[in-house]
Amino acid sequence: MGNKLTTSEIVAAGLARRRRKETTFRLLGILATAVGVLFLGVFFATLIAKGASAFKQTFVQLEITLDAEVIAPGGEIDLEYADFDGLVRTALRSRFPDAKSRADRRELYRLISVGAGYQLRDLVASNPDLIGAKQSLWVPASSDVDMLLKGNIDASVEEALRTMSDKQIAWVESLENSGEIRSEFNDALFGNGDSRDPELAGIKGAVMGSFYMLLVTIALSFPIGVAAAIYLEEFAPKNRWSDLIEVNINNLAAVPSIVFGLLGLAVFINWMSLPRSAPVVGGLVLTLLTLPVIIIASRASIQAVPPSIREAALGLGASSTQVVFHHVLPLAMPGMLTGAIIGMSRALGESAPLLMIGMVAFIVDVPGGFTDPATALPVQIYLWADSPERAFAERTSAAIIVLLGFLLLMNLAAVIIRKRMERKW
Amino acid sequence: MTMPVMTETIPDNSTAPEAPAPKADNPDSAGRMGLDEFLEQATDLTDETVGTVTCDHPFMVADDVNVYYGDNHAIKHVSLEIGKKEVIALIGPSGCGKSTFLRCLNRMNDTIETARVTGTITLDGKDIYRKEQDPVALRARVGMVFQKPNPFPKSIYDNVAYGPRIHGIAADRAELDEIVHTSLERAGLLKEVKDRMDEPGTSLSGGQQQRLCIARTIAVNPEVILMDEPCSALDPIATARIEDLMDELCEDYAIVIVTHSMQQAARVSKRVAYFHLGLLVEVDSTDRIFTNPQHKLTEDYITGRIG
Repeated sequence: MGNKLTTSEIVAAGLARRRRKETTFRLLGILATAVGVLFLGVFFATLIAKGASAFKQTFVQLEITLDAEVIAPGGEIDLEYADFDGLVRTALRSRFPDAKSRADRRELYRLISVGAGYQLRDLVASNPDLIGAKQSLWVPASSDVDMLLKGNIDASVEEALRTMSDKQIAWVESLENSGEIRSEFNDALFGNGDSRDPELAGIKGAVMGSFYMLLVTIALSFPIGVAAAIYLEEFAPKNRWSDLIEVNINNLAAVPSIVFGLLGLAVFINWMSLPRSAPVVGGLVLTLLTLPVIIIASRASIQAVPPSIREAALGLGASSTQVVFHHVLPLAMPGMLTGAIIGMSRALGESAPLLMIGMVAFIVDVPGGFTDPATALPVQIYLWADSPERAFAERTSAAIIVLLGFLLLMNLAAVIIRKRMERKW
Repeated sequence: MTMPVMTETIPDNSTAPEAPAPKADNPDSAGRMGLDEFLEQATDLTDETVGTVTCDHPFMVADDVNVYYGDNHAIKHVSLEIGKKEVIALIGPSGCGKSTFLRCLNRMNDTIETARVTGTITLDGKDIYRKEQDPVALRARVGMVFQKPNPFPKSIYDNVAYGPRIHGIAADRAELDEIVHTSLERAGLLKEVKDRMDEPGTSLSGGQQQRLCIARTIAVNPEVILMDEPCSALDPIATARIEDLMDELCEDYAIVIVTHSMQQAARVSKRVAYFHLGLLVEVDSTDRIFTNPQHKLTEDYITGRIG
């Protein structure tokens, strides 16, 4: 041994180095977390900064005469062909008598959304007694006016390079000064389907489409996934075939989602002749997509059930089915539900496979069932992001905020379910 | 084998010990051997079991039982009779196959896919591995208590009531209550839990949990109870209670207990079977095994000459 150091001396000599390593590692960890939080913060900040304004919408007050001659020519109310837009135009002309030429008037008319005509029609339909009366109404302004007031159109730019002319800007200013313009909560964003006119475009159609689709997905993928997981975990013989199935399920979870879309197109639409753009087909495709996720999560939570519980039940003479349904399933259920919800939130955020089955179409009507043409929230975001109108930019961000809100809710539900149902053993 | 613990290196080696301290304490250290050495003696082993494998009123009879886990021959040519209303202890070093043999008796090995059992085991004269024998029915007759207390994450009541429920033993709620109460009473647990039957079984202490597991087992009214080291996770007081319980239970049931504690085997059992490397080396009455073992290996094991 000779001139050897004692153990404590050796330890003391290396201590500083060990501490240094630990500190470095911690700092790196903090750095990594900080970078992640920073990116997330930037993401949310830009999203909210861009999207928040979409929740407000500009409205213009107009004195509109509900002319009986226009609405009910010959005494009969004709909602379909009556020129409600004409009434709005008349009101605009009387508010701004200085617009004389055809070109000026056309510019004037572009201050008000075509939604104003629909609003008048709905008003008359619900209350025919108003015909002939003069009404002071708040009607939606066009998206250009909305953008101007939200500061998205720069009046200092040369006239030819902006979407609003000097005259239009002057009219808007005049309305503003007389208090005939105001900003209100954007009901259309949540109450309408898609539209070519940004001020009328809403996400209700997409939300309902996503809702019907997820309903189909959860109804199919949860029972099938759980049943498959139970069979594979508890009953299937462990041999080459079950290994092959396991490997393939794991592979399926990693298959790009667009491939499932192609499969859906080939099988559900071309071969089974299911309707195009329908939530039922979208739900089937998303079922294929979420099945592996649910099977893997369910198998993991079945494996987490302690073998001692199984042995105890078997030792008492329970059959394997009784062991599964009395003991394994109740204990594995929180994990299975969590997996299912996470699979669902993945399905909710999926757009690529839906493009392949025609859910990318421009659909104005809010779907009322599983076979109605529909689109989904992420696809709606994709469609709006593609639109040239300036006002769609903020609506895209708003739709993303709504989508993220739904995802957050679902993940929160997963956490709550796990906390509530988790049992100790 | 005791490893000398190095806490600090002594700089000068003037006090270098001539012999490790633990050996000095042991008078017959010369005859002491390492575990490896002990296990190597297996080469001398034969399939012949020393002593008497038979008993007066055999209830379960194992004849030439072999168990294979895949290619591993875990139990070799074991023949043993288990009598009515007797406690028989299976002892032996770890990995000697005593738990495997125990699990053959209620076909718990069926759950291990690679396990294969040959030979015959009869219960009351009938082969339990015959085709028509449903393992579910068998396990209702041959109950099992495990090493670690494993109550279900359900209420104390439901734990005990589970067996009678799945087998449909109780006709109505009153009868089920009766079974639960008597079972808990026989397991010596009723006093402690009668006011908290709705609390989860997992809220009990370790010893209470194990008694709950015993109550759960006897609620099915089996004929044989297999116990796989039932006290290894318990403190001495809880162990003593379980041992007392076994004394009472053996008036009605045949009990087969696997234990690592020679004292426990001596205290509770009437007969002892010594297993070694998958072979049944010696079976005899507890008195004879502990006072006058016939086989060298048995003697080495019970006198603690290994290790």
